Amino acid sequence: MVERTPFLNFFTHLILFIGFVFCIAPFVVVVVAASHNLKDVNDVPMSLLPGSDFWVNIKTAWTTADLGPKLLNSFIMATGVAAGKVIISALTAFSIVYFRYPGRMLIFWLIFITLMLPLEVRIVPTYAVVANVLEPYQAILDLTGISWLIEKVSGVHVALNLGMLNSYPGLILPLIATATGTFLYRQFFLTVPDELTEAARMDGAGPLRFFIDVLLPLSRNNMAALGTIMFLWAWNQYLWPLLITTDQSHATAVTELKQLIPNVGGAPEWHIAMAGTLIVMLPPLVVVVLMQRWFVRGLIATEK
Amino acid sequence: MEKRVTFGKWTIGILFAVPQLLLIFTFFYWPAGQAVYWSLTLQQPWGGGNIWVGLDNFRSILSNADYWNSITASLVFAGISTGLAMFIALVLAALTDRQLAGSRLYRVVLIWPYGIAAPALAMAFRFILAPEAGFMAMVNQVWPGFWDPGLDGADAMASIIVAFSWKYVGYNFIFFLAAFQAIPRSLVEAAAMDGSGVIRRFWDIQFPLITPTIFFLLVINITESFQDSFGIVDIMTSGGPANATNLMVYKIYSDGFKGLDYSGAAAQSIILMLLIIVLTIFQFRFIERRVHYR
Repeated sequence: MVERTPFLNFFTHLILFIGFVFCIAPFVVVVVAASHNLKDVNDVPMSLLPGSDFWVNIKTAWTTADLGPKLLNSFIMATGVAAGKVIISALTAFSIVYFRYPGRMLIFWLIFITLMLPLEVRIVPTYAVVANVLEPYQAILDLTGISWLIEKVSGVHVALNLGMLNSYPGLILPLIATATGTFLYRQFFLTVPDELTEAARMDGAGPLRFFIDVLLPLSRNNMAALGTIMFLWAWNQYLWPLLITTDQSHATAVTELKQLIPNVGGAPEWHIAMAGTLIVMLPPLVVVVLMQRWFVRGLIATEK
Repeated sequence: MEKRVTFGKWTIGILFAVPQLLLIFTFFYWPAGQAVYWSLTLQQPWGGGNIWVGLDNFRSILSNADYWNSITASLVFAGISTGLAMFIALVLAALTDRQLAGSRLYRVVLIWPYGIAAPALAMAFRFILAPEAGFMAMVNQVWPGFWDPGLDGADAMASIIVAFSWKYVGYNFIFFLAAFQAIPRSLVEAAAMDGSGVIRRFWDIQFPLITPTIFFLLVINITESFQDSFGIVDIMTSGGPANATNLMVYKIYSDGFKGLDYSGAAAQSIILMLLIIVLTIFQFRFIERRVHYR
């Protein structure tokens, strides 16, 4: 800064240091508590020196909540959502920006509106749709009389049914169905110079070729940012996986954490709970640390 | 802004939008429409059709004391946690923006909390704030019975507020810091040359320039406090004690999936949707003004 302000500088360091401590303290507590045994973790005050049972606790938490397969499920879901968002958003933005067709603005607004309503508030009917993904189409056929017609003509009773509860598509697809990334790409595509498109067209490139060979390589940064942020977002989802994975085989690590809350009346096994918490919070934290630049850029770009 | 050069074949253009349109129709528009329909009918939990009841569901919900209690709890939660998370983040970002030694470290570390899943941080805070172990137990040793989120509604509310604010300080910090750094240095330096002090500069130059960010974050924090709180509530308090932390989304979940009252849950969803739509419209108006601003 421009002037010498020793007092203010001291004050700045002090406040930032306090902020730093508050930010880091829960992480420290989780790690330290995860290294204690049952007696030490319940000591008042708990010792902030690490104990010696860290790996034992990690192992116990891992087996108690069956975290191996659950982490794999989380990983599949988060990767699926991130990849899906990156691909589908790019396609949509390309369509909106580079074509002039009737109803283009309608499509734009249809997509725009999805930004307003998060999954949490339409959770009950979305659950019903996932129980039978073809329900909307069945309803359309019924309402338009087409299924009646088919039954009259061919004698086949139309009953479309495709359940997605306890499946990866059921976990992933409803989470992709918002337009978060579309506008990130749209903003970016609008900054791509028209000359590039003209040159590509003169060289005889069609839309698909232009999209794959010119536009996608240019938007690598956007993809990294969007992919990172969506991976984190999906990994951290809780309500949706909790609802649709009634069967343990598709449950995610985050929802399994609940298994580790010490029961009322049981032994207060906080050391195991904290070991499990550490395992579940670690993967997104690693992603944040490694991809911090993209993550921050993505946050600021998607929300604005 | 529009492209001058486009591709002519419009059928191909629509094809590129089809995957997105199918997804949002199936998993967004249909369920949203269904929610409206259910909220106006009495849905049998185990099938068997539904009866048209008009606005009865809304009437019964709005005359239910539990529902008003959940609205109040949501508003208290949203107000206090948003205020805390924004104020702390603003102070930290303003100070980090002074770019003294070590500010890079703060910039890196202060973002971490946002990457943590709400249930995981809820678990950590459940332990830290447990009455019999962890850190509040020390306070309880000095004043027995001072702190018990399992029995005292205010303590339970304080717990979920602390957990939520902790996460969103990191999030808000990113945006505030970006906003501060977008202010031209020369502006602040010129003011300093004219002899205005740090606090004066903050109020007269920096603060007015970051007001769009403040309003933007205000809306995001409030809307997120309605959604992202679910995991925190479920792990820390399960809506208790005595419904003290039964926030709106949690009540929709427990009424709909535990109580199997789909119609009631749908009506609650509609009310929450309207609330969020109003907030979002406000947000977009603000962003437009922000674009105009620069």
